[in-house]
Amino acid sequence: MKKFFTSDVLIIGGGTAGLFAAIRLSELNPQIKILIVDKADIRRSGCLAAGVNALNAYIGKNHTPEDYVNYAITDAHGIASRKLLHTMAQRLNHVTKVVERLGLVIETDSEGNYVERGWRNVKINGENIKPILADAVKRLPNVKIFNHVNITDFFRDGDKIIGAYGFSTREKIFYGFTVKATLIATGGASGIYLPNHAGGSRHQIWYPPFNTGAGYAMGIRAGAEMTTLEMRFVALRCKDTIAPTGTLAQGVGAAQINSRGELYQKNYGNTTSERVFAVTSENLAGRAPCYLKTVGISAEQEKFLYDAYLNMSPAQTLRWIETNQTPRNFNVEICGTEPYIIGGHTAAGYWVDENRRTTLQNLYAAGDVAGGCPQKYVTGAFAEAEIVAEKISETLNEIKMPAQIDFDASEFEKFFENDSAFTIEELEVAMQTTMDEYAGGLTQNYRFNERQLNLAAKNIERRVENLSENLHAADMYDLLKIYELRERLTVAKVLIEHLKARRETRWAGFAQNLDYPNRDEAFNLFINSITTDGKTKIIFRELGR
Amino acid sequence: MISIDRKKCVGCGKCIDICPGNLLELKNENVCAFCRDVRDCWGCCACVKICPVNAICYQLSADLGGAGAKLFAHDSKTKLIWEIIKLDGEKIFLEVDKRQANKF
Repeated sequence: MKKFFTSDVLIIGGGTAGLFAAIRLSELNPQIKILIVDKADIRRSGCLAAGVNALNAYIGKNHTPEDYVNYAITDAHGIASRKLLHTMAQRLNHVTKVVERLGLVIETDSEGNYVERGWRNVKINGENIKPILADAVKRLPNVKIFNHVNITDFFRDGDKIIGAYGFSTREKIFYGFTVKATLIATGGASGIYLPNHAGGSRHQIWYPPFNTGAGYAMGIRAGAEMTTLEMRFVALRCKDTIAPTGTLAQGVGAAQINSRGELYQKNYGNTTSERVFAVTSENLAGRAPCYLKTVGISAEQEKFLYDAYLNMSPAQTLRWIETNQTPRNFNVEICGTEPYIIGGHTAAGYWVDENRRTTLQNLYAAGDVAGGCPQKYVTGAFAEAEIVAEKISETLNEIKMPAQIDFDASEFEKFFENDSAFTIEELEVAMQTTMDEYAGGLTQNYRFNERQLNLAAKNIERRVENLSENLHAADMYDLLKIYELRERLTVAKVLIEHLKARRETRWAGFAQNLDYPNRDEAFNLFINSITTDGKTKIIFRELGR
Repeated sequence: MISIDRKKCVGCGKCIDICPGNLLELKNENVCAFCRDVRDCWGCCACVKICPVNAICYQLSADLGGAGAKLFAHDSKTKLIWEIIKLDGEKIFLEVDKRQANKF
């Protein structure tokens, strides 16, 4: 069965950015009709399902938005848009106030000022940040929420985006949404590469395994210009649980040490990628494993750590207690993760202007899918959502309501009829193994050369993409898994082209091109791409001021 | 990974709605929740927190250092109480006051 809906605005993805955009847009004009579509339930969907334990993008006392911009550009080794960062940074403290008003607990001192964890962070209780945002959205009469509906592609009219379509994750219902303006806010991509653990713990990863790059893939297929996908994000994480390490580094000042007990980080620098490179290098030099030095912290500090991790990554607290290897008595082993594609931490994503307009008309991007603007974190995603909401509200009247679009559901139906020799899982592993081995995955210490990248491209096409067309779906959940695989494949192919195009090594912790092992100032530019009929064309763009 | 105590489950379906990975489904004529594949659990504990009868717990797999301890959550407006039941039966409660920010 097909169902059709029309509205003013479609928000794809009810996460941090999507929900905040709906809130701001409704505040600006409560007459605007909004649809939010999420493949899970907006109360716990996306990367903040378990919570978040600090707001990590904030302008602290005695600092300016410009300081934040400079910090982010330095951390990205120059590859970021000053203009995009500036528009975000200006709003960080404002959106912090807004989310506090919505109900987020933020620690304040006796004078009512936020208590800072560092000059860029404030302390919160963020376990319930998603339910808080979801409740705020549910109170809005102009917003209609579609939970458990997975969007697969945009509706296009020439260069214009006029909605999107997809399917219910539960029943055989296919949905078409025709609108004036669309915000893509589906998050980044995990699972393109082989994850940290095989088999039983394959989803014990940091970024959500359910963020599969849908937004990037839809944009790529529709011919949107994408930027900096080659700036993959490798996170430094607690071994086994893959829980964040920032709370240990910033909360108790834990320094990195190797298995000989040596402090080594000063030899490598202190950007995000350099911190990862430090661990990879120490491991390769025979000084593995590496740790964050927590031995000697107080009982009170240990209790605070337990609470902090319960609010974002409960597995870590359970591990400390269950194994009796508590942080007071045992240093915390650290490791790098699989490479993720995520515009909230790096500059990977849609190429957007200051108003977060993509290169496709009436399509906006915010949060982890939007490129050029790294170090966004939660508040940066809010800031981008606000920018989008304000622009949409300002321009909506100029857009004519498009006629309702139909779509061919046989694209979905055929997977129920297919007879495949392979399972979805087998092809997923084939993709992840190829990317890991030939495109600089975790087991290769993030290293690759051009010949390997060419092999990766061939294998992805022959071994996985062609076969994925024949996969069989027994139910709607299988259909979801098939589309998630296809999204990752679409992103993987363009990612390989971006990795090939950057003939230098810019962020050694994230990616080392062994043919070009050094930084090359000739690559002080953005690597962008547009894909047409499956062919990706690379475009070099100036960094701008 | 999560595990569901089928004797405790009342089939209310709250976990099925909340799982960000669409991993849970009702089976046995809609009286009991099942996880389609525990290997696909992210460990976010959304289902653990929302289950009204504490039928769902989170456990660490053996390859992550787990030995069978169970993590439950008791959620209320002002407090989130986490309960760890170790293999020898020892219970440890960790109370997080929702009105207070984390110290770290």
